[in-house]
Amino acid sequence: MMKYFPQAFLGLLVSVPFWLTDSYMLHILITTGIFIIAAMSLNLLLGYTGQLSLGHVAFFGIGAYGSALTSLGFEITLPGGIPLGVSPKPVWFAMLVGIVAAGFTGWAIGKLAFRVRGAYFVIVSISFAEVVRLVAVNWVELTQGPMALNNIPVLRLGWGSAEVAFLRKPAFYWLVLAVGTVCYIIISRLVSSRAGRAMIALRENEPLAMSVGVDVTRYLVLATIVSAAMAGSAGALYTHYIRIVDPDIFLFVYTVTMVIMVVTGGKGTLAGPIVGGVIFGLIPELLRTMAIKPEVQWIIYGVVMVLVVYFLPMGIVPALRNWRGGQQASSTAAASGPQMEGAGK
Amino acid sequence: MTDKSPSLLSVDQMSIRFGGLLAVSSMTFEVREGEVLSLIGPNGAGKTSAFNAITGYLQPSSGDVVYRGRKLNGLSPDAISRLGVVRSFQKTSLFGGLSAFENVLVGLHKRSTQTPLAIMLGLPRVKEDERRLEAAAREVLDFVGILPRAQEPAASLPYGEQRLLEVAIALAADPKLLLLDEPVSGMNPAEKASFVETISRIRERGITVLLVEHDMRTVMGASDRVICLNQGTIIADGTPEAIQRNKDVIKAYLGERSSHARH
Ligand SMILES: Nc1ncnc2c1ncn2[C@@H]1O[C@H](COP(=O)(O)OP(=O)(O)OP(=O)(O)O)[C@@H](O)[C@H]1O
Ligand SMILES: [Mg+2]
Repeated sequence: MMKYFPQAFLGLLVSVPFWLTDSYMLHILITTGIFIIAAMSLNLLLGYTGQLSLGHVAFFGIGAYGSALTSLGFEITLPGGIPLGVSPKPVWFAMLVGIVAAGFTGWAIGKLAFRVRGAYFVIVSISFAEVVRLVAVNWVELTQGPMALNNIPVLRLGWGSAEVAFLRKPAFYWLVLAVGTVCYIIISRLVSSRAGRAMIALRENEPLAMSVGVDVTRYLVLATIVSAAMAGSAGALYTHYIRIVDPDIFLFVYTVTMVIMVVTGGKGTLAGPIVGGVIFGLIPELLRTMAIKPEVQWIIYGVVMVLVVYFLPMGIVPALRNWRGGQQASSTAAASGPQMEGAGK
Repeated sequence: MTDKSPSLLSVDQMSIRFGGLLAVSSMTFEVREGEVLSLIGPNGAGKTSAFNAITGYLQPSSGDVVYRGRKLNGLSPDAISRLGVVRSFQKTSLFGGLSAFENVLVGLHKRSTQTPLAIMLGLPRVKEDERRLEAAAREVLDFVGILPRAQEPAASLPYGEQRLLEVAIALAADPKLLLLDEPVSGMNPAEKASFVETISRIRERGITVLLVEHDMRTVMGASDRVICLNQGTIIADGTPEAIQRNKDVIKAYLGERSSHARH
């Protein structure tokens, strides 16, 4: 029965715009969905390779800026007086540029951090995000600095009468869902393969992984590239949805939000970031609609988070799986036990 | 196996220094293709340090390690493993959160042909490769005798079976030269006895074995040749029988015992 759960859940998600007509609720689902994609990408690093990237928002922001700038076009003067101009490009192409730019940065970070693990990886990733934010603030000619890039164009696909503009909320919701599904499939394939096992081996026991010939650095870099590109895709979606981007996109609190989603949902599981993302993406918004004072909203948010972390230290999904495993232990002992990848299979 | 067998690994004048401590001093020996060679010696003699230096986990302060005519100095542990020199660890070392089966799957890394792109695209050949690996994993678990435990979490296996799983992981990595660091410590007598037989079956697979072991019954039962190390220096090299009778070896071990008595 659980086998087709992901498909059934996806079917439910696809149907949402048909019965949820409240535009504000759909807006919340869209932004939550974008954050879930970012959280899924973070989970590939944090959950599977075991490395905490506390600068993850940098990849998100690079995807956002990369896509926005390519779609708007820009003219800058490089050092030495060399002019560089880029004419506005179609949004789908711009989004690809944003994703590739983020992936490339991920590669650079992975290489830079190739010998650093644990706390040092955290520091490298945080510093990197701060540097990127400072660039966005200060390189006014390119980014408009704090004045923000405005009037970012809308994604259009197809030609003539068959053209779809991702302007209305249902269309954008489905776009986010499609990107999220692709990311989910790629991650699930990775983690149940040779590459994913190498990442998990790095997390579980690095010296042992090396002893069987796993080039751990190579797989850490691979994880960083894929993770960064996915975070970049989330940023690109975000920028063409909100249609304005400023350096605040690099705020540390966004990384923290992603980490909370991953850790509470269950790091190292496929479904974890989705469960954590739904809960912690929707709680603040639902509290807001209930017209509760902001301070109280944040207190409730914090209390829920502490309760989850305290009572379910491994996260919600692993706890559910153990509980289910305990229930079935008598009938099918083989199905339980540790697993390399999530419950989603 | 005899003196005429070609040398597979040669360690030449290798010294290992930890600050002021000379853990291994100008160590020179050869491992010949097809043999089971044991490296024995009292606690702190430098056996594990020698293993670490051969397999790239630490750099010797001087001297060379040559495997099949190729210098291993300076290579990373994973690169050395890919050349066919695979080691196990003295302290139990597993992927604790994974099942025994998954542990061996990780060990099979080198035998897999999956590339990242093929994996992400979900190509059919990735599935085929996975099925091949799963069959190979079952074969290896069966070889060491813990196939019935395949689905159990590695960390919850009884200690003796954890040690067998470590050997299975190393075997999965397709070694030509297998270095085992005290594989039977923690096993019960019956497990030890059957492990001697496992070593001879490993040899039948065409794998050369370098064994570090304190358990003399295992050493005597499994080895073709024994080297004894004391305080970083090789003091004897010969057949198991000759080593058992060697005065220096006996003295080294007795010395250790009396020093223990003093503590
Ligand atoms: N990383 C290290 N730093 C400093 N000293 C070390 C280190 N590793 C080992 N030593 C020292 O080097 C010497 C040799 O240690 P080693 O572990 O190689 O001995 P061993 O022969 O494997 O002993 P045992 O039989 O107890 O495993 C010991 O005196 C040990 O304390
Ligand atoms: Mg030792």
